[in-house]
Formats: sequence, C-alpha cells, structure tokens
Amino acid sequence: MSDVMHDFELYQPASMADALELLDDHGKNAWIVAGGKDSLDWFKDRVMTPPVLVDISGIAELQGIREEADGGLWLGAMTTLTEIAESDLVTAKFPALAEAAGRVASPQIRNVGTLGGNLAQDTRCFYYRDGFPCYRAGGNTCYANTPTAMNREHTLFEASRCVAVTPSDTAPAAVALEAEMVIRNEDGERTVKAEDFFVSPDIDITRMTVLEPGDILIGVRLPGKWAGSSQYFEKVADRNVWDFALVNVAMAAKLEGGRISDARIACGAVQCTPRRLTDVEDLIKGETPDEELETLVARVASSGAKPLNYNHFKVPLMANLAKRAVRSLA
Amino acid sequence: MDEFGPYDPAVDYTSEPAIKELRPGAREATNWKPLNMTRRNFLRGVVCSGIVIAGAGYVFSHPTKARADTRAVDRLVSLTVNGRKRQVDAPPNETLAYTLRYRLGLTGTKIGCNRAECGACTVMADGVSIYSCSTLTHRLRGKEIVTIEGVAAPDGTLHPVQQAFIDEIGPQCGFCTPGQVVAAVALLNKNANPTVDEARLAMSGNLCRCGAYDHYLRGVMKAAGRA
Repeated sequence: MSDVMHDFELYQPASMADALELLDDHGKNAWIVAGGKDSLDWFKDRVMTPPVLVDISGIAELQGIREEADGGLWLGAMTTLTEIAESDLVTAKFPALAEAAGRVASPQIRNVGTLGGNLAQDTRCFYYRDGFPCYRAGGNTCYANTPTAMNREHTLFEASRCVAVTPSDTAPAAVALEAEMVIRNEDGERTVKAEDFFVSPDIDITRMTVLEPGDILIGVRLPGKWAGSSQYFEKVADRNVWDFALVNVAMAAKLEGGRISDARIACGAVQCTPRRLTDVEDLIKGETPDEELETLVARVASSGAKPLNYNHFKVPLMANLAKRAVRSLA
Repeated sequence: MDEFGPYDPAVDYTSEPAIKELRPGAREATNWKPLNMTRRNFLRGVVCSGIVIAGAGYVFSHPTKARADTRAVDRLVSLTVNGRKRQVDAPPNETLAYTLRYRLGLTGTKIGCNRAECGACTVMADGVSIYSCSTLTHRLRGKEIVTIEGVAAPDGTLHPVQQAFIDEIGPQCGFCTPGQVVAAVALLNKNANPTVDEARLAMSGNLCRCGAYDHYLRGVMKAAGRA
C-alpha cells in the first residue's frame, strides 16, 4: 500500500514532566504530535522522517478552557478546534477566535486538530511541502518566486528569500486579541506575545515560530482586555472546507459613544507571520465607522504590497476584507 | 604477484588472508574451539538463557531516573470496535483505517485520499467523527470506535440515516457512502434536529465525486425526523 509512514518510536506521555523529559532525551530527533493531521502528511510523503514521536494529546494539563481572574480565558494547547468553536465561553468573550477555529479545514479535522497545532503549524508552500530543497528546507533557492512558479497563495509583504505565508486561521485572531503563548521546556516556563511568537524569514528562515526543540506550547492566554469587545473574523479560501485561507482577517475593537476608541486588526496568509494592520488601526481610532472611513481603510490596508506573478488578486481581497471588518462596527 | 590479477588455479588463495590484518595476532583470538555440545549442556544453555531473558525485563525496565510512562508504545493495542474488544498487533506507524480494513476485516471503511481530505474513511471515536486514514491506531486506545459496520442494529435493521439515504437515492457510485453515513450519524447523535445549514456544515468534511450532495443532505434531513 502506498503512503506507508516510516518506522518511528511512538511515546504517549501522560504528564508534562514525562513529555519534557522525552523531548530532552531525544533532542532534535523528537517530533511533537498533537492532532497529527499535519504531521502524518509529512510522514506519508516521507519529507519528514523523525525517528521519535511524542504524542502530547493525552496530557490532561494541556486540555480545556477556563476563565482567568482578569476576565480573560486560558485555552489549553490541546483543546480541539471544535471545542473552541462550540465553547460558550469563547463564543461569548472572543467570538473572533471561535469563528476562526470553526473555519479551519473540515469538521473531522477540527474534531482532532488542536489550537496549539493550528497556531504552530508549518507553512503550506507546496514547493517546500513537496520536499524541494528550498531556503526554508535549508537549501539555497526559492522555487516559488521564479518567473514560471505557481505562487498565487504566496506573500504580499516582507518576503525575505522565502515567500511562504502563515496558513493559520487562529493566528491572526490570536494577534488581534493580544494573546500570550505560554511555552514550557525543561528549564522552565516563558510567555511570548502572539506577535513575537511567529518568526519571519529574515530572523530564521527554517521555522515559523519561536518554538525550539524541547519546547512545548502549553496554552494560550487571552487577556480580559478584549473580552466582549466588537470582533470580526472572515476567511476567504478557494473552497469553504479544507482549503487554507487566501486571505483572512481578524479584528477586535472597542466603541465609545459611536466612535472607535481602540482597535487591533490582523491579516493572515499575506505574509510569513500574521500581519498587523497598524496603518488601519491608526486610521480608525477615534473615528466614527461609516462609508467614508471604509473607503480610507480599503486604501491603506494593503498599501505597500509587493505581489508576485500570480497573487495580485490578494491586494484588493485584503483591502476588501479590512473594509468589511470595519463595516461590521457600523 | 598482482593481487587482483586473473584467477590462477595453481595458486592457493585460501592460505593467505585476502585482507591484510590490521592487528597481528588478532586472528588467533577468533580460533573457535568446537563446543562440548552434549544433550545436558544444551538444555542447561536453553534454561539459563530463558532466565536471563525473563530477568532482563525486571532489570532494564527501571532506568535510574524514575519515570512513569515514558516507554515507547508496544505493538499490541486493545481497541473497542463496534462494541467488541479487539486485540490488534499494529506497529506505531499504522493508521486506524489500515488496521480496520486489513487487520480486522472491516472493509466498509474506505481509504480514498489517505490525506484527511475526502472523508471516505470517516469513523466515530467516542461519538466524534474522525478521519481514520490520518489517525494513528495507537491513539484510539480506550476509545469507543464505531465504523459503518456498527451503525445498523444487530438484527440488521438499517439505521434511519441508511434508510433515508436509500430513499433519497444518496449513493451513486457508493464509494463515499460509508463515510457520509457515519458523518450523518455522528451529527444526529449530537443534534437530533439539525437545521439544513447545520447538516450541511456537519457533512462538509465528506467529498462525493458523483456530486450527490443534495441527495445526501435531503437524506440527513429526512433521517432527522426519524432518528
């Protein structure tokens, strides 16, 4: 039968201490499996063949959603996307994230796929995925940025040799909601802001996040600051199911007396990391959401974009999504 | 004499080692004496080696560091499939779809894309629909798996979803049907009275190359009235 995975040792630790010890023991040979939906494809293609798999889905500590003292939420990294999308707590406080989680892939994938896995997933650039020795794979060229390459899913902004984009739907929501990622390794625990969690290729071209071998993303803390604010999430993809976003947008905003007092807005799939639209934020703060403001938002949202051969369509798409996000406030 | 010259039958090639010895005298050490292999000695050897193997489990299973369950999984795994406990000998890299089809003979579950993109392999684990082609068998330990074979009643009465799919002519080629049935059953178990949009969303993880989506959807809505 085709698509048989390579031989590996499978570990299913039941506690964080065991998992961290295993990662420490096996170093770079260890591959963390959460939902496994992305991992198994890597293995079936034999592009990645790690000798040791550490399945962390059985660790109770990493599961579940609970309220924090500041009105925010703690989301365990192994909470499934279905649980997040259907959770009353998340829907009430952070609808943008619930919506984002509910738009990932397909129902069966969301039933198994985890928040941590969705945030930390690798890029979908098919040249990279197919095992081409590109920059990201440690090689010396980019196959997606050549005159004949297919690159309609690739970057608009801040490409540095690599033109791959972040595929995650929950990532822009996490950035818009000022989420904090809590990471643990043998040495202890650290908290990283969502914006710093994602790594652009000019810093390290071979990875998408700050996670290093031995690190486990244990959960996401959503601060109470944006709980219950006006939020928006929209994803545009070729198909409504399975497909990764061509562009997605997440926004959190606060209104006072009809004016936007504070706002954060981020787009996914236009850059290697979720792109915060600071120009739009500056523009709309203190303004009344109306048609005139929407027109201005559309003008600045995707300014500075450097499209590749086949992804010019993303420029107006991104502008329109930002416009629709602001329109939702009116 | 040229070492790599043509074969000369007059030369005794075996008298000299073909490969130059790295360490003079090393060959003596490998001069085996035949064992004094009597029946008694043989049995003694068998018994002793058995003890050593059995003992090794106790000696080596507790490394110096105390750790509860950081050993790699064994091949043997106990699954609950359609209400029956099944012992399976599956390597860690085996998917549930493979185990169901080729070890347990439950070939109702189809492998379509084998990439979590078509839904033909959909089964339920603890009542939740999952893609069995992209789930490691060893992750299902202790979970209740229901495949298409376990959907109908034990006496053969079809599940309302199956009957509705027949009534609405859901299947054309039928390859996606087991997955469609399981996805629909999982939906109705959770939400006995779904709206059309809810049903469409729940069935969206299953592709049908014949394009009979509306037939399936009508089937789900029809079954919802009876399920």
